[in-house]
Amino acid sequence: MNNPALPQQSVEPARARPVRARSLWADSLGRMARNPGAVAGMVLLALLVLAAIFAPQITRYDPAAITPRDRLLPPGAAHWFGTDAFGRDIFTRVVFGARVSLLIGIVSVLIATLLGVSMGLVAGYFGGLADALVMRAVDVMLAFPGILLALVIVAVLGPDLLNAMIAVGLSAAPTYARVTRGAVLQIKTSLFIDAAVVIGAPTWRIILRHLLPNILGPIVVVTTLGVAGAIIAGASLSFLGLGARPPTPEWGLMLSEGRSFLRQAWWITTFPGLAIMVTVLSINLLGDGLRDALDPRMKK
Amino acid sequence: MLRYIGNRLIAAVPTVLLVTVLVFLILHLIPGDPAEIFLGENRSTPELLAKVRADMGLDRPLHVQYLSYMGGVLHGDFGRSLNNNRPVLGEILGRLPATLELTLAAMAIGTVLGMSLGIISALGHNTWVDTAAMALALLGVSMPIFWMSLLLIFFFSVHLNWFPAIGQGGIERLVLPAFALGLLSSSTLARLVRSSMLEVLSQDYVRTARAKGLRDRTVVLRHALKNALIPTITVLGLQFGQLIGGAVITETIFARRGLGRLYVDSILNKDFTMVQAMTLFLALAYVLINLAVDVAYAAVDPRISYE
Repeated sequence: MNNPALPQQSVEPARARPVRARSLWADSLGRMARNPGAVAGMVLLALLVLAAIFAPQITRYDPAAITPRDRLLPPGAAHWFGTDAFGRDIFTRVVFGARVSLLIGIVSVLIATLLGVSMGLVAGYFGGLADALVMRAVDVMLAFPGILLALVIVAVLGPDLLNAMIAVGLSAAPTYARVTRGAVLQIKTSLFIDAAVVIGAPTWRIILRHLLPNILGPIVVVTTLGVAGAIIAGASLSFLGLGARPPTPEWGLMLSEGRSFLRQAWWITTFPGLAIMVTVLSINLLGDGLRDALDPRMKK
Repeated sequence: MLRYIGNRLIAAVPTVLLVTVLVFLILHLIPGDPAEIFLGENRSTPELLAKVRADMGLDRPLHVQYLSYMGGVLHGDFGRSLNNNRPVLGEILGRLPATLELTLAAMAIGTVLGMSLGIISALGHNTWVDTAAMALALLGVSMPIFWMSLLLIFFFSVHLNWFPAIGQGGIERLVLPAFALGLLSSSTLARLVRSSMLEVLSQDYVRTARAKGLRDRTVVLRHALKNALIPTITVLGLQFGQLIGGAVITETIFARRGLGRLYVDSILNKDFTMVQAMTLFLALAYVLINLAVDVAYAAVDPRISYE
C-alpha cells in the first residue's frame, strides 16, 4: 500500500525517483481513505462486526431469557434499551441480532455471488447458445418484481431463516449475472485475453486467472451494496413472519413483535429499527465509497 | 413505431411462457400434496384424497396439467383457492384497487420528492445543500420500509393524531402508507436524477444555452431537465417492482386489504393456488409495464431508433 504520509527517504530529484507501479486496488484504497463517508462506513461496520462476535461478552443477559416481572420496562440503567413484552433485554437482543442480520447478509450474498457470477462469466465468455440460455433464465427471474421472487421461493421452501437466506440469495443472483456479463463483454476483446488463448491456456484458467481478476471491481461494488439489500430483504421477510422464527433475536422479527406495543413501549421497535438502519447505512456508505474509488471516471 | 412495439411483444413471449411454466410448477414443488392441504389435516381419508386429486386434475401427467392450466388462464380461469374453493381471480381483482391506489399515490409522492431533491442537489453541486440532500437520500435508501411505516404511525397517528393508523378508505387513511412507500422510491430517484442532471449540465448544449444568455430557470427546466429525465424513465419499471414489494409490507402494517397483504396471507395459509395466480398476475403485469417503459423510452429519446 502506498501511504502518502510516509516521509520520502530519497533525496534525489523527483524526476529520478523510480515510478512505482500502483495496483488498481492500492490506488482505490488510497482514494477510499480520503472519502469521509467510506471511512465512517468502514468504522461503523467494524464496530458492528465486533459487537456481533463478542455479543456474549458485551451483555450479561440471555437474549431469550423470559422474565415476566421485568416486562415492558423503559430504557434505564439496568436495561439500556428497555425490555419487551416477555421481559427480555432489548439491548442484548439487538446485539445478538447483529449476528443474525450479518449472517443473512453474508450467506445470501454468497449464494447470489456464486450463482450470479458463474452465470455471468459463462454467458459473457462463451456467448452464443450459452449466453442465450443464461440470459433467458435471468430474464425470467427478473420478471418477478421486487421482493416477489424471494416470496415465491419462501412459499415453496417453507418459511424459516435458512430458507429466507436462500430465497434472498437466489433472487439477487440475476443482477449479479448481468453485471458480471457486462464486465466480461467489456474486457473479453482485450489483447491479454487473446494472448492467453494464443499461448494455449486452458479455458478455465483464462476465465479464473485472466478474466475474473480484471472484473472484480464492479463485482466487489455490487456484492457490498448487495449485503445491505440482503439485510433489508431478510429483515422484511422476518417482519412478515416468513423468515426467522421466535424467539430468534432477529431485528425485523423484533420490530414485528413490538408493533402492537407502539403506544406503550416505543423502545421495542425503535432500537432494532435503528440497528437495521445503521447497519445498512454503514454498508451503503462503504459501497458508495468503493464504487467511487474503483471507477476513476467518477472522480469529483 | 407500431412495428417496434410488435417486435418487443414477440420477443417477450418466450420469457412469459417460461414464467408460466415456473409458476405452474409452484403447486408441484411445494412440500406436501395440494389435495391434502385443501382437505385439511383431519378430514383426509385415502378415498377422499383420491377423489379430490381427481377433481383437481392432479392425477394426470404433468404436461397435460400444464396445458389445461394454461387453457384455463387464457380463459380467465386462474384456479380455485385451496382455502375456500372460490375462484382466485375474483379475489385478486377485488383487491387490486386498494393496491393500485397505494402504489400510484406512492409513485406520485416519490417522483415529486425525488426529482426535486435530485435537481436541487445537482444545481448546488458540492455545496452544503447537495451534501444535505444526498445524506437524506442515503438515509432514505438505508431505511427499511417497515420501520419507516412504524415511525410515521408513531409520530403522525399516536402522537399528533393527524391521521388514522390503520385501515383503508378515504384520503386520510392513504396518506401515511403512501408516504412510507413513496419516501423509499424518492430516495433512489433523487440519487439517480442528481447524477443524470450533473452529467447533462456539463454538456456543450447547456453551455451554449447559458452563453446565449438564457435565464437560469429556462436552461435548467427546458434544456437540462428534459434530457436528464431520459435515464430516469428506464428505472420507472424497476420502481414499480420496488413499490409492489413495498406494498406487501405497507399493506400488512396499515391493515389494507390489497394484493400485497393477500400474497403474504396466502403463503402463511398455504393457499398455493392463490400464490400461484397472484405470482403469474404480478409477473405478467411487471413484464407489460417494463415493455411500456421501453416503448416510452424509445418514444421520448429521438436518438433511439425503433429497430
